[in-house]
Amino acid sequence: MMTYKGISASPGIAIGRAFLYDNSLNLQIEKREIASFDIEVERLKEAILKSKKEILDIRNKTLEKLGEEKAQIFDAHVLLLEDPEILSQVKSMMSADRVSPEWALEQVTQNFINIFEAMDDEYMKERASDIKDVFNRVKRHLLGMKNMDLSLLEEEIILVAHDLTPSETATMNKDSVLGFLTNIGGRTSHSAIMARTMEIPAVVGVSNITDIVKEDDLIVFDGEEGKVYINPSKEILDQFKQRKEQLNSHKVELEKFIGMKSLTADNKEIEIAGNIGQLQDLDSFERNDAESVGLYRTEFLFMDREQTPTEEEQYQVYSKIVQRLNGKECIFRTLDIGGDKKLPYLNIAHEENPFLGYRAIRICLDNKELFKSQLRAILRTSEIGPIGIMFPMISNLEELLEAKSVLSEAQNELISEGKKIRDNISIGMMIEIPSSALLSDIFAKHVDFFSIGTNDLTQYTCAVDRMNEKISHLYDPFNPGLLRLIEIVSKAASENKVKLAMCGSMAHDELLVPLFIAMGFDELSMSPMHVLPTRKLISKLSTDSCKNLLSQVMKMGSSKEIIKELKKYKELI
Amino acid sequence: MEKTLKIQNEEGLHARPAAILVKEANAFSSNINVVVNGNEINAKSIMGLMALGLKKDSEITLKAEGDDAQNAIDTLSTLINNKFNLH
Repeated sequence: MMTYKGISASPGIAIGRAFLYDNSLNLQIEKREIASFDIEVERLKEAILKSKKEILDIRNKTLEKLGEEKAQIFDAHVLLLEDPEILSQVKSMMSADRVSPEWALEQVTQNFINIFEAMDDEYMKERASDIKDVFNRVKRHLLGMKNMDLSLLEEEIILVAHDLTPSETATMNKDSVLGFLTNIGGRTSHSAIMARTMEIPAVVGVSNITDIVKEDDLIVFDGEEGKVYINPSKEILDQFKQRKEQLNSHKVELEKFIGMKSLTADNKEIEIAGNIGQLQDLDSFERNDAESVGLYRTEFLFMDREQTPTEEEQYQVYSKIVQRLNGKECIFRTLDIGGDKKLPYLNIAHEENPFLGYRAIRICLDNKELFKSQLRAILRTSEIGPIGIMFPMISNLEELLEAKSVLSEAQNELISEGKKIRDNISIGMMIEIPSSALLSDIFAKHVDFFSIGTNDLTQYTCAVDRMNEKISHLYDPFNPGLLRLIEIVSKAASENKVKLAMCGSMAHDELLVPLFIAMGFDELSMSPMHVLPTRKLISKLSTDSCKNLLSQVMKMGSSKEIIKELKKYKELI
Repeated sequence: MEKTLKIQNEEGLHARPAAILVKEANAFSSNINVVVNGNEINAKSIMGLMALGLKKDSEITLKAEGDDAQNAIDTLSTLINNKFNLH
C-alpha cells in the first residue's frame, strides 16, 4: 500500500480502479519496415474508419451536452481524417520507403504541424494540437492502443491524468468517473471548480501520480482530505467503505433541509445562492435547493470556440437559464476572461503576470462592441425572469461608471428597438481587489449590491498566485488582513443599505460562516453542493453569539490564533 | 476554368470556413484546386487549405477541371464572397 498527498479539490469518498488518461500528445513511434503494402493500407483505412466512428460519437454527445457550436469542432476533425492530401502523401511514402502507416502518418502530419506551429497567429498555432489529437487517435488504433475519450467512458473508474482542461472535465461522464487525480493544479484551478460543480470527488496536484499509478490499481481517496491510497490494505479499504456509508447517511440528514428557508437560530433570514457556469449546473442547483443564482460565470460560453458568440447565440443560452430558474433571480457576471482563462480568438498577447494584467472588465471596456453585445443579450433575458448584472475586477470608480454607461447605452438601444426590459434589474460589482474593498463606501452610492469574490480578493490581498503550489500555504482565507477588508465592505454596505453578498469559496467555509452572519451578509453564494450543509450550519447559529465571536477574532493578529478560536466556537454549537 | 477572388472573413481562412469550403467542394466530381502564389492545393484537403494560412484579403485563384467545373467555380466563389455564410 502506498499513500500520496495532494491538494483537496472536490470532497467525497472515491473507491475504484485506476484508469490512466494519457492526454499527452506525443506518441513514441518506431520506424518499421513492411512486408505487404496492400495489407498495411487496409490497416490504415480500418484505423481511419474506427477513428471516424469515435469522433462522430463524440460529436453527438457534445451536441447533446454543449450545443451545436462546440459540436462543429468535430466536423473539422472528421474532414482532417478524410483529407485526400494526407492520405495520398502517406500512401506514397509507404510504397516508396516500405515503411509502416503509423510511421508515414507521423512524418506527414509532423510536416503540417511544423507549418502550423510556425504561423504568427495564435489561433493557427493552436490548430497544430487538433492535428495531433485527430491523427494520434488513428496512430493509437494502428498501434493497438486504446483511445480514451472521457465522454465515452462506460465502466466505473477513477481517472488519473496529468491535467484536465475545463472542456475535458465538462465532457466527463459523471456516472462512470467516480473521482479523478491529477499531477498538477490547485484548489481553484478550473478542473477543480468544475469537479465541485459536478460533485465528482477529486484530488489535484498529486506530483507524478500518473507515473506511480498502474492501470487497474485499486485507489481510494477522500477528496476533502487530499490523501490518496494506492492498493490499500483491507483495513483501510473497509474504513473508506464505512466512511462512504456515513457520508451517505449524512446526506440523508441534510436532505431534511430541502425546501426550508435559511434561518439562523434567532430567525434571521439569509439567502443561500448557487454558483453556476452552464445550463447543466442547474441540475445540481435544483437538487441542492439553492435559492437563487448568486454568480453565473458567463465566460464558459466564450471558451473552447473559434470566435465570439453573437448576441443572439448568447441570448439563446442565457434565456434558457433564466427560464429554467422559474422566477428565482439570476446574477450574471459579465465576461471574466484573461488570467488563467484565455480566448485564442481575442489574440491577447502573452503576459508575464496575467492575473495582474489584461483581464475581465479591463478587456470589456477596451472592446466595447464585445461588451455591449453581452450586456444586450443579458438585458433581453429580463423579460423572462428577474436578473441582476455584476461587473468583475473593478479597481476604481471610473471603471464602474464607464461600465454602467455602456450598460445604459445598451438599455437605451434595446428600448428604442421596442424590446421589453424589466425596470428593476439590480446592478452590482464584484469586490475582489483590495482598492475596491477600501473604496466600498464610495462605490456603495452607485450600485445595488456588492458581491465579494474571495478567491481573487485573497490572492490579491496576500500577494499569492493561487495556481502556485509552492506558496499555497500563504493563500490563506483566515489572514486577519483579509478579514478586516471584508469587514470594511460589510460596514460600507450596511451604512448605505446596499445588499451584501459573497460568491467565493469562503462563503461556505464552516469556520468562517459565523463571522459572515455577524457582519450582516444578506446572501452567500456557493457551489450548489455546499448549500444544504451551510443551511444546516446557519440554523444552529445565533446572531448575538456570532457578533461576540467576530469582535474577539478582529482583535487577533495571526491566522493560527483565529483558526483556533473559530474551531473552539464550532465545537460549542 | 478559373476565377480569382479574395478571402473576406475577418479572421482569414479558419477551421470553420475551411471545413465549409471542403464540404462544398466534395459535392463536385471535378478536380478543384486553390492556387496561391503559384502553390496549387487540392480544395478538398482541409489540411492543405489551412496550411496556406490565408488571411483577410489574401488573393486566391480557384481552378476546376471536370464535368461540373463551371458549376463548382460558381458555387464556391459565391460561398467565398458571402464569407462562407458565417457572418
